[in-house]
Amino acid sequence: MTYIAKPKFAHPSLQPNKLGFTRRDYEGRVSTLCAGCGHDSISAAIIQAAFELDIEPHRLAKLSGIGCSSKTPDYFLGASHGFNTVHGRMPSVLTGANLANRDLVYLGVSGDGDSASIGLGQFAHSIRRGVNMTYIVENNGVYGLTKGQFSATSDRGSKSKKGVVNHDSAIDMVSLALQLGATFVARSFSGDKEQLVPLIKAALRHKGAAFIDTISPCIAFNNHAGSTKSFDWVREHNEAVNRLDMMVGRAPITAQYAPGEMVQVHQHDGTVLNLRKLAANYDPTDRVKAMHFLQERQAAGEVVTGLLYVDPQAEDLHDSLGTVATPLNALGTAELTPGAAALDKINASLR
Amino acid sequence: MPITAVNDFVVKFANVNGSGSASANGLFVKSILRTGVAVAARNIFPSNIQGLPTWYEVRVSGEGWLGRRGGVDLMVAMNPQTWDRDVAEIEPGGYLFYDSTRSMPPSKFRDDITVIGAPLQQICNTAYTDPRQRQLFKNIIYVGVLAYILGIENEVIETLLAEEFARKPKLIPANIEAFHMGVEYAREHLAPIGLQVRRADAVGDRIFVEGNNAAALGAVYGGATVCAWYPITPSTSLAEGFTDWCQKLRMDGESGEAKYAIVQAEDEIASIGMVVGAGWNGARAFTCTSGPGVSLMQEFIGLSYFAEIPAVIFDVQRGGPSTGMPTRTQQSDILSAAYASHGDTKHVLLLPRDPGECFEFGAQAFDLADRLQTTVFVMLDLDMGMNEWLTEPFKWDDAKTLDRGKVMTAEMLEAGADFGRYLDVDGDGVPFRTYPGTHPSKGAYFTRGTSRDRYARYSEEGAVYVDNMERLLKKFETAKALVPQPIEAKASKPTRFGVIHYGSTGPAMDEAMATLEAQGLYVDALRVRAFPFPGEVFDFIERHDLVFVIEQNRDAQLRTLLMTEGGVDPARLVKILHYEGAPITARFITREISTLMGAPVQSEMAQ
Repeated sequence: MTYIAKPKFAHPSLQPNKLGFTRRDYEGRVSTLCAGCGHDSISAAIIQAAFELDIEPHRLAKLSGIGCSSKTPDYFLGASHGFNTVHGRMPSVLTGANLANRDLVYLGVSGDGDSASIGLGQFAHSIRRGVNMTYIVENNGVYGLTKGQFSATSDRGSKSKKGVVNHDSAIDMVSLALQLGATFVARSFSGDKEQLVPLIKAALRHKGAAFIDTISPCIAFNNHAGSTKSFDWVREHNEAVNRLDMMVGRAPITAQYAPGEMVQVHQHDGTVLNLRKLAANYDPTDRVKAMHFLQERQAAGEVVTGLLYVDPQAEDLHDSLGTVATPLNALGTAELTPGAAALDKINASLR
Repeated sequence: MPITAVNDFVVKFANVNGSGSASANGLFVKSILRTGVAVAARNIFPSNIQGLPTWYEVRVSGEGWLGRRGGVDLMVAMNPQTWDRDVAEIEPGGYLFYDSTRSMPPSKFRDDITVIGAPLQQICNTAYTDPRQRQLFKNIIYVGVLAYILGIENEVIETLLAEEFARKPKLIPANIEAFHMGVEYAREHLAPIGLQVRRADAVGDRIFVEGNNAAALGAVYGGATVCAWYPITPSTSLAEGFTDWCQKLRMDGESGEAKYAIVQAEDEIASIGMVVGAGWNGARAFTCTSGPGVSLMQEFIGLSYFAEIPAVIFDVQRGGPSTGMPTRTQQSDILSAAYASHGDTKHVLLLPRDPGECFEFGAQAFDLADRLQTTVFVMLDLDMGMNEWLTEPFKWDDAKTLDRGKVMTAEMLEAGADFGRYLDVDGDGVPFRTYPGTHPSKGAYFTRGTSRDRYARYSEEGAVYVDNMERLLKKFETAKALVPQPIEAKASKPTRFGVIHYGSTGPAMDEAMATLEAQGLYVDALRVRAFPFPGEVFDFIERHDLVFVIEQNRDAQLRTLLMTEGGVDPARLVKILHYEGAPITARFITREISTLMGAPVQSEMAQ
């Protein structure tokens, strides 16, 4: 949290987007995280993604839980309403917010403590329900704010800064999300902006539960030798399955499907995801194969990154519930209250 | 001497859970209502689907008393497991009706009651071959016997059976036939008893409905659009009721789409989380639960209080603590709701008395939650929530619009209004809020459970924190004038004795008051309908030397609230507590008050 607002002056050379906003209009307050924290890079990627997508800042709602990662919504999109909820419960609050107004873009930001331990249940159920949201876990494998305890995503055998070895097996949130039915599942690395920005853009445009596990080294407590969430370790073990480019608006479907090299995925809203495939035979629309591939590479000690799975025609919770197109929070007395005449009939039926 | 009474007696059915007795017993009750005689019926049931004992207690009252009276005049003993205690419970001079198919030793009966037997099983076994039919029709047959011996008109029951099976008309003749088997057996072998039902005109236009269903309808009228819930006895039927009402009343005529969203969450924490999220985003949202759920929701209730987010919680109270007695009634969540969450918090509680107020408060709670931007509890209990009560018809004023409270719009922001999310602009402690997405550059703020200043900026400064906490107290003060005010029933003569009661105790209290007056004991009664307590509550206490506080919990929780919030001398508040799990009775209240008024009362301070 911070009370330091960033100065609003902008360099004249800053290019505005289609809405006339500059990148500065998507920034927030000055971060109070440790200098060099991976989370700040993710905030920068979110800013970039929202800017490039021409999202009106006030039409996005950002929600978080508790922890270092959950503080970050204060550091991006300052013109958006934000809600720093309670530990591990961001998914339920986001679900409720989404039910109230289906017209906003929902961004949930959480950490591995917030989502893999106390909030594992809510993470799972919000994914199951297909809440239309982008759910980013800033995963550093450690409790930073309380100074260095293992989290549930710490790999077995990894060492804490104090030299303690973790004996518990790790929760892999990407595997979980796939099993739970997330319709957009990706993993990235805070140090790889080229990969991360397009993934966030695609997730924000995805209808349904979009999950991005972002490995984000904790430079204070989890960036030492023996950690499997350090910058060096991740860079050495990163196996990217694809590189994503995102295009808004439907591109002509001509030169698609160059096998083994490029796959185009058309999302419901007309966006086109161009995936440059790096791994042979990797099909991001096949959930079962994605799960298999993930387990296989994981067993080989690799961290698979990229867009791992997408169902481009996914439906969301509002589709399941059959709610009206008008946001529920915009319905007034006339639409909601049945009136005295209807009540008389009800009374008559209760005699 | 056998008891003789017309339209004034208690019948108790002792059944086995899952035996299909509920619909037969409901038929019995409705037949008396249709005869124009007031009835109060209560299920006393186990936390079980099949096999355990269950009772249904029916109070027939020509005078219109709707609380439990206490005592049983006619026991319909259909459960061998509970025979001994059921027989023991009958008033001297009362009646026992049982299935005489198997003979019972004389030691199983009593000399001071009238025993009426009918070989129900034998009649069924002769008439039916299918075991399921033998079981179900046995219930209808005993209704037939009871109708004859109590003088209930056959036509009334035939009409009810036709209504009950209107959608499965094939079942109507079979049920009517079974009913007549009972009537005919009784006509040949039995005689009418001293307890009689006689046609009257004492029901009027009143309706017969469960409090949970009424509260659910109230939520529809109150404009609730988001319901997030988790199944828990005895609140489940509230969410199910809301679902049913919405399907009838809230579908968009053109598109067939829902103007509501109902989510069965993974637990109570997620339920209240969704409610808080929806409330933050400008929808009217609620959850319904019972004591264990309120325990789980504590952290979010604190967030709603501190971040000032509207939320409505229907707490249908049951026997606590822990899992307690899930299918028995109590008023034992008062303190845990009033002060829910860590830190200094206070919450608005509405205390309905009956299904009529469940509807009224169920709607009003949403206006209050928006107006006060906080959690509002509606405190039902199992007795009023899950039993059908005779209640005044629901009323609605079409001129009424939903009060969304202080919401700053894009136009107001554009016009240059000074928006401070936690800024007390009107001196009532209630700030303005904006819905997310209101304006491109104004009115956005960061909602958090951490301390912040009047403009929603994070702050750990002591003075800033205290400023905010004091404003929250002021807001709670504002609530006193907005919540339902207490209702006083004065004794017919001036008295120094008062009694305070609330919730489902009301109907039994009414009868107790009348009985006490008949005995020459005068007590003024105040029915408290909400927390925070309006000043009138303390004025009432001030005007009386001694005030009995009647509650259905062990620890006198409302009395504690009165002492804490009003600084009342504990010696002046005498607790009368009934918390065994079955609803309080008029006889219990009468006995307790008359004893206390007769004997000098010991001061708690002096002990």
